[in-house]
Amino acid sequence: MTKKENREGVKGWLNPTRYGWSRVSFWLQRLTGVGLLVYFIAHVIETSSITEGKFAWDQMLQLTQTTEGHIILILVIGMSVFHAANGVRLYIAHGGKGIGAPGRPEYPYRPTSLNMKMRACIWVIIALAALAMMYGATVLFGE
Amino acid sequence: MMRESQIMNIHYFTGLAAIVLVGIHIAFRLIMPYGQSLEYENVIANYQNLPYIILLELILVTVSIHGFNGLRIILIEWRQGNHWEKGVTWVCVASAIGLIAYGSRTIIIASMAGTI
Repeated sequence: MTKKENREGVKGWLNPTRYGWSRVSFWLQRLTGVGLLVYFIAHVIETSSITEGKFAWDQMLQLTQTTEGHIILILVIGMSVFHAANGVRLYIAHGGKGIGAPGRPEYPYRPTSLNMKMRACIWVIIALAALAMMYGATVLFGE
Repeated sequence: MMRESQIMNIHYFTGLAAIVLVGIHIAFRLIMPYGQSLEYENVIANYQNLPYIILLELILVTVSIHGFNGLRIILIEWRQGNHWEKGVTWVCVASAIGLIAYGSRTIIIASMAGTI
């Protein structure tokens, strides 16, 4: 196989079908990370309008405090909670905790690292992100 | 040049620090009705509170380092090569420094609003 055939690029890490839940959490971590970086840059730029006085700040709020703006913020809340909680899970797993002991690779080659504990963690993290988004929606749309 | 293991430790540290710091930043939006917390006078009052200024600066530094290092890791895993790796590293370092400088400018000017 040539080098080119080996190289799948973005398609390779975006494909969640072959690797189970660890791959799903891997690409969600990356997508939420890139999304949060884009939001962070936009947030630093939008808040800089405070330096131009009250009129510029109020104009910026008129632009962002809309239904669309609130939906984007709710997505950002979900991305933040998922990225933070899954990041802590990865930090613990990289430290060797909760991933089981290494064993001989035997059919059907189930990785001990992605055991029930880790799978349950991923589900709890997705549930936490959904709850945070619901709370965010009540705060943003409840006024 | 730093070793990747050292950079990974910085990535973990800035990530954990960002969770705490951003948590406090969000709590400041919730101690009063959300819309009221975004009013010009309240935001300027936040910028004139020294502990809050330090908090904002720490968020700016930790999230910029964590975010741009995360982007660097993705781009290096996506494509390999000495020139690519060096180029990506320098662009990410320069972008992080640029964002920190721009955000710091906002913090400094807003904290002096009404005093000059």
